[in-house]
Amino acid sequence: MLRYVLQRLLHGLMVLWGVSVIVFLLMHLSGDPAAVLLPLDTPPEEVAAFRRQMGLDRPLPVQYLFFLSRVVRGDFGYSYHYRTRALEVVLERLPATLRLAGAALGVSLTCALPAGVIAALHKDRALDMLVRLLVLIGQAVPGFWLALMLMMLFAVRLRWLPASGDVGWRSLILPAITAGSFSMASIARLLRSGLLEVLGKEYILTARAKGLSSVQILTRHALKNAAIPTVTMIAIQAGWLLGGSVIAEVIFAYPGLGHLAVTSVSYRDLPVIQCFVAVMAAVVVAINLLVDLVYAWLDPRVRLYGNGY
Amino acid sequence: MNWGGIAGLTIVLLVMVVSLLAPWISPHDPQLQNLDRRLLPPAWAESGDSRYLLGTDGLGRDMLSRILHGGRISLGISLSAAALSGVVGVSLGLLAGYFGGALDGLLSRIADVQQAIPFLVLAIGVAAVSGPGLPNLVLVLAITTWVNYFRVVRAEVLAAREEQYVWAARAVGCSSARIIFRHILPNVAASIIVVATLLIANMMIFEASLSFLGLGVPPGIPTWGRLVSDGRAYVSSAWWISFFPGVAIFVTVMGINLVGDWLRESLDPRNT
Repeated sequence: MLRYVLQRLLHGLMVLWGVSVIVFLLMHLSGDPAAVLLPLDTPPEEVAAFRRQMGLDRPLPVQYLFFLSRVVRGDFGYSYHYRTRALEVVLERLPATLRLAGAALGVSLTCALPAGVIAALHKDRALDMLVRLLVLIGQAVPGFWLALMLMMLFAVRLRWLPASGDVGWRSLILPAITAGSFSMASIARLLRSGLLEVLGKEYILTARAKGLSSVQILTRHALKNAAIPTVTMIAIQAGWLLGGSVIAEVIFAYPGLGHLAVTSVSYRDLPVIQCFVAVMAAVVVAINLLVDLVYAWLDPRVRLYGNGY
Repeated sequence: MNWGGIAGLTIVLLVMVVSLLAPWISPHDPQLQNLDRRLLPPAWAESGDSRYLLGTDGLGRDMLSRILHGGRISLGISLSAAALSGVVGVSLGLLAGYFGGALDGLLSRIADVQQAIPFLVLAIGVAAVSGPGLPNLVLVLAITTWVNYFRVVRAEVLAAREEQYVWAARAVGCSSARIIFRHILPNVAASIIVVATLLIANMMIFEASLSFLGLGVPPGIPTWGRLVSDGRAYVSSAWWISFFPGVAIFVTVMGINLVGDWLRESLDPRNT
């Protein structure tokens, strides 16, 4: 077990290191960072001085090492727009985004879990058809469009919920539905097929033969086994939820990371963008680590023999 | 009979034909502004005009014509991005799966890193430095999605590498390149087609999301995402501006997904 945890931890660190390379290269993707950072009409001698000062005249690998040594100390440089440390700007907005993504996951699971179970239990009957139709719709609806339609209906027409800003939990409802809509469909779909596969296994037949009720079979035997692919899916959806919250934040003017990032693009505030990418990736890596641990709890084989068993 | 698949195929073909014929079947010039006719509701509404079936936008441009023309660009971007992403993902997947070892380790780690950064987050980062433009958009979409192909192809090639026909090909002295392209690639083609189909549907949503956020196509080019975005300012007064382009995205994506599911079911030998 300990070996498994350490192995996953090491893997997470390696991924984060890779992310640091990508974040570093972002700066150089446009060719000359000095050209991006300085106004167009800067005199050449000032550009040269700037390049020397920022260390841009050194070889790329040297620049990367400098970058890495700053980043591991949490130093992403100063935001051009906010004039404070980029990490502070980003971390200040992180809780709002995590709250939104958490709410989105909540919404998505509350709809997806019952839907998946009901569909599997009523395979090929009316309820199953209905869930499959909803899944089909859910996977095709663009999140930002759904958000606008929700806003029109609930905020503009009915005036039940606020259209923008952050004024307590009611501000979370529409963005959470928006951000959760896509993963809702995928999770329901996967849980349905996972359950169907498990319900066809012989140990379910055994359980039925020894007289267990359907509820007992479902809760004791089927759900835990069907949960394994579903949990994997939730890990994959973590990225979707965070991406979906970027969209939801922009539309509902919710003061989170996504909102910050999109406005920072228009300011060309590179340190904030770099820090944003790194922090989001760190959140995803942390979620994946958590999911790996849940795996070990769900599946004794993982606990005993590690990931590949 | 797979009715869902047939319905999907019908939708996809219809959307493609209509988009291709857009310049000939559009009732109006999509860029033609007419301030006397701005914000007209759809034709069936009370103050609608029968010449503007789906109404007009804030500058008096015909929504139907804009949606028809937008479809060309949205489909074009999605198809070319899925193709570019496929070329990168499939080639790297073939290499990693066939040769294995250090190369496979390196490429798989890169794929892990790539997947740790959510699509929209990476796209924002790349868009921030590369600026708007059609080629940049296609590039961003391809960079952020090649892993989809890579994982599937790599896994399939890993299995195929040990098959008898590969051993036989090697025994008669085929080169690695010949084995990969003449023997393994045709056998993993079915999976590639399924991934590509489902990815095209996702590309439509990705492209629309980026254009909606103002990180996709430059202003002035009507893609479906940008059309929905244009309607944001009129959420409380003119619902039709955002509504219809969104329906276009929704119907097209659903059609492609239906075809993708159909292909997945019929091409997967485990289902027969």
